[in-house]
Formats: sequence, C-alpha cells, structure tokens
Amino acid sequence: MTALTPVLSANWDRPDSFTLQGYRDGGGYEALRTALTMEPDTIVDLVKASGLRGRGGAGFPTGMKWGFLPKDNPNPRYLVVNADESEPGTCKDVPLMLANPHALVEGVAISAYAIRSSQAFIYVRGEVLHVIRRLKRAVEEAREANLIGPDVLGTGFDLDVVVHAGAGAYICGEETALLDSLEGYRGQPRLKPPFPAVAGLYASPTVVNNVESIASVPGIVGNGAEWFTSMGTEKSAGFGFFSLSGHVRRPGQYEAPLGITLRELLDMAGGVREGHELKFWTPGGSSTPIFTDEHLDTPLDFESVGAAGSMLGTRALQIFDETTCVVRAVGRWIEFYAHESCGKCTPCREGNYWMVQVLDRLERGEGTEADLEKLLDICDNLLGRSFCALGDGAASPVMSSIKYFRQEYIDHVTRGGCPFDHRKSTVWGGTA
Amino acid sequence: MSSTFTDEVRGRLEVDAKEVIARYPRERSALLPLLHLVQAEEGYVTQAGIRFCAEQLGLTTAEVTAVATFYTMYKRRPTGEYHVGVCTNTLCAVMGGDEILAGLKEHLGVGNDEATEDGRVSVEHVECNAACDFAPVVMVNWEFFDNQTPESAKRLVDDLRLGEDVRPTRGPERLCTFKEASRLLAGFSDGRADEGTQAGEPSLQGLKLARERGWSAPEPGAAGAPSGDEGSAK
Repeated sequence: MTALTPVLSANWDRPDSFTLQGYRDGGGYEALRTALTMEPDTIVDLVKASGLRGRGGAGFPTGMKWGFLPKDNPNPRYLVVNADESEPGTCKDVPLMLANPHALVEGVAISAYAIRSSQAFIYVRGEVLHVIRRLKRAVEEAREANLIGPDVLGTGFDLDVVVHAGAGAYICGEETALLDSLEGYRGQPRLKPPFPAVAGLYASPTVVNNVESIASVPGIVGNGAEWFTSMGTEKSAGFGFFSLSGHVRRPGQYEAPLGITLRELLDMAGGVREGHELKFWTPGGSSTPIFTDEHLDTPLDFESVGAAGSMLGTRALQIFDETTCVVRAVGRWIEFYAHESCGKCTPCREGNYWMVQVLDRLERGEGTEADLEKLLDICDNLLGRSFCALGDGAASPVMSSIKYFRQEYIDHVTRGGCPFDHRKSTVWGGTA
Repeated sequence: MSSTFTDEVRGRLEVDAKEVIARYPRERSALLPLLHLVQAEEGYVTQAGIRFCAEQLGLTTAEVTAVATFYTMYKRRPTGEYHVGVCTNTLCAVMGGDEILAGLKEHLGVGNDEATEDGRVSVEHVECNAACDFAPVVMVNWEFFDNQTPESAKRLVDDLRLGEDVRPTRGPERLCTFKEASRLLAGFSDGRADEGTQAGEPSLQGLKLARERGWSAPEPGAAGAPSGDEGSAK
C-alpha cells in the first residue's frame, strides 16, 4: 500500500502555518539560501534532473520549460505564476496558498533566480479574497525579511513580486490568455508558437508555471533531485495533491506520490459514502475523460492514466455515486464550457453552445438517439480543432460519458425524462 | 448615475490609481485592478468608472468597455452590499447547490444576479470556486461559506439582511462589503490576512491520516522509499 507524503501540507495543522514564522520553523527559506549560493543554470539542471512535471494539468517538464528561454534575448525575463485555479473539481492551489503561501513565495524567489528574472507576478483568480490577503501578506513579510525585494540577502539579486487579482474568467488559466489578461486585455489565448519562453509577457521571455509546481521547487533544491525521484514513478516523479470531492466519506487533500491509485485513496478517505457505490469519477478535473470502477487500480501517473484513455490533469478526483445522472452532470459541465468559452474560435464558441442545447433536451427527455451522434459529431469538430485546450477539454466529458454510459442517455430518450431523483445525490438526501 | 466622477471622488481615486499603475512595468497591466477600484467606489462598473480607467491609462472608453464586459466579476448593474454566489457547477450542483440556489431565489424573491429591494443581498450562480472538498459551497463577497445546506444558506442571507455578524468558514472574522472586497482586489490590503483559520477540516484529512499512520515524505539523503511501515509507492 502506498503511503502519503505530506510535504507542502506538512505544516498545515499549525494555526500560524501561513506566517513567516510558521513557515521558517519547518525549515522554510533555507532552500532559498542554498539556491543563492548556486549558479542559476545549476538550479535549472537540478529541476530538470528531478523530473518535476507541471502540476497545472498538462504535465510539461518544468526544468525543460525554463531551459527554453533564449540566451540571447536582451529583454527582461518574467516569471508568472498561474494561480487562476478554476478547472471544475480542482481545489488544491487555493488551500495551499491559504495555509502555506510562503512555500509559493520561496518557490518564486528560487525559480526567478534560476531563470534570471527580477520581476515575478502571481496571477490569482479574483474570487478567493482570503487567499489574496494571505498571498499579499506573505509577499510583504518576505520583503520585510529581505527574502525578496532589492538585493536579496545581500547577494545582489533583485526581485519584485506582484500579486495580481483576476476578475473571473476560467480561460485565463490558459497560459497565453493569462498573459493577455495580465497585460490588461480580454483574456484570449494567443497562437503558439511563439511560446511564452520566447515571446510571453510584453513579448519578453516568460516562464508561466502552476502554483504547486513552483511551490515544489524549494523541496527539490533543499533535499535534492534524488529525494524527489524517490517518490512517484520513473516518468512521473515526485508527489502531488490528490483532491477527493463528492460522494466520498472524507473528502479533502491527500498529498501522495504520483502513481497512487483511486482504490488506495478511497480507502484512506473512508470509501464512497455509506450505502452507495462508485459510478464514475474524473481523474483530473472536468476536462479529463471520466473513469468508472474499471479504473480503480489505474496508477494515477501521467503515463498510466493516459494509457487508460484519460489524463492525469490536476488530480482532481470528483467522485460520483450511483444516484448521479451522468447526462445532468455532463450537461452542467458543458454549460460551464459554453459560459467560459472566450469566443475567439468558432468550434469552441458554437460547439459548446449547441452541445448545451442538445444535452438539455436529452436530460428533459425530449431528445432522440440521433442526438448522441450529433454530440459526437460536434465533439469531432472541437477536439483538436479548437484554438486552445478549453475546446478539447469540453469534448472529454461528452465523449467519455457516451462511451461508458450510452444506455443511460438512451434511457432518457425512451422514458421521456430523467430516470434519476436528483435529491438523492445531495449531501442531505443520500441517506434515505 | 452621472457619466463622470465628482472632483472629490476623482481626486481621491487618482491617488490610488497612481499607486496601482506604479506596480507594473507597463501601464495597461493596471486595467484589471483599476476596474476593481472603480467597482469599489460604486458597487458596479459604471460609465463614470469606465471613463476614469480610460483616462488614467490613455485608452478609449471602448477599449475599457471591451475588457470590463469580458470578466464576470465586473458587474454592470448594482450588486447587493453582500453578493451571494452559489456554486452550481457539476460537483456542487449534484451535492445540493441547485437546491440551495433555488431556495435562496425563492426565499429572497429575486432572480439570478438580482438584488433585494433593500439593496442588501444579491444572488447569482457561480462556477467552480476551487473548494470542491467543501461542497456545496456558497461565496459571499468572495469569502468561503463551506458545506452549506438550503437551511443554512437561508439563515445566512437573513443574517446579512438583518445586519447580524456573519463569519466566513475560511476567511476573516467579519465579512467585508462588496465595495470593500473590490478594493482589496484592486490591491489595497485591509490588514486582515492573519484572521481566520489556516485550513478547513478537509484540507487536513491527508495530513491527519499520515500523522496517525506514521507516514511522511522520505528524509533527505535517505533516497529510497517514503517512510512509513506500510511500504513504498514505487
């Protein structure tokens, strides 16, 4: 059985975990001192050797991303932290920043030093006021202690960190849309290439990394790449948050080595809620194809989840039991994608709009079997044909739910309505 | 509502705007925080607010409007002093968010994104707010009210209308108004970061279990298995 490995969450049971003192008592900012004695390129190599892969969903190797910054570009370099956590089901960065914002600030300081940047931004979604307070306070405390700011710890390294609040737009979690938003525009994705490493913020070389990725850097610098690779699997090294939500007895954050299984996690979380059984789940948020009880033993690492037909994503494990109507669940997700589509490309803007109409009439029992083919046809025009991953993501729940639960869609048609009593899915309705 | 600010308001906001703009290498990056700032003044983004942002940044009002209308947090009509958002994305909806929202709209006699006549409370459905392990989730002025029920949500809005003390589950000791919240979003601290809990119970589940079972990440230098008597992940 796999053991949990609390690292970023190790101090969360201290009431003052979010303060500089609370972080320092656990050895916080020692890794920054170590980093500042190293050559920046050595830190980039160390992060490459650790095998750390982006924790924001895509899993791109973090050190490699840093290595793409051109050596000969005279423009300033920027580090931008993507703290726009908005993927349905994803709920790890918010508690991390609430309880332990200094882990992120230390990660920012080390990462900025490694990529030779003196200006960092933390782009945090606007809808989480207390997280913003904690982040801003942590940045202030770090500045007062000379851990960021001018001439960090007397080394001549300067670093300004700005906490920037978004204004409600899921698309701004897409890194180039985030950059447009940070520049003061509508958050719409940019054509790639050029990638942000070459032309990012203000067309300057820019690294955009997720909160958990950056917060993982101090541990790697402080404890070494081997420490990191001693957890996880060969190609999916290290640890990460697994966020269990929904019809499970003890939902919450479980920090574990990559490669742990849902069966193990469910066991730790007390199982599916009493008297019910697992129906379907997302391995990494709503944009990753759903899984069923067939996949309880799939190792939750990038390769294994991919081989089983989904994506590890953000390890957002939303658990739904047999009381849940899959048509309603998917319909609601597609309403979300339709609402959040930025409108830039036709497949996503129109495809999601029409899928909402079709799913809605299916859920009401007014659809036909031909609607299933219609949905798959629309998905075919979305997947790989939309401008960014938002459109691809929208196809995931539709295609995977039809794959595993086609009969349930058809039941809606033949019965002329939804066969489920939605009240039974609620927290208060499930014990009847 | 006038299409420009009075000299007094304008003078005060210009000082704030200067501070916001100075944070960024390029002025236009200040647009989102400036829109939060003008929303903090009037409770929504008015023509006067748009004009003010445009003037501060050397943009046209059309350019500012294009941005303001893209983001859902900028309101185009007055919000209540307390803006209640009920998550009705899939997970929260299934766990009871739909019942909570329906109950609140009926209880208050308002439609989606409408305010009560006394202007105290407005209600809208919101998308996933990154608190799925606390579902169903309700936000008030973007503070967390975790693990809600239809009854607890009705009590919450009643308390808000009566001016009772209301405390978020994970947030400061006192709820701030929508305008105060917008000012914080513009980047002006309210000095309350140290208030409230560090973590809710679900956030601590994994850590608690690890402590009970003696699990931890490996010691540095002891490359090999994560420690704990039940073996390794590899």
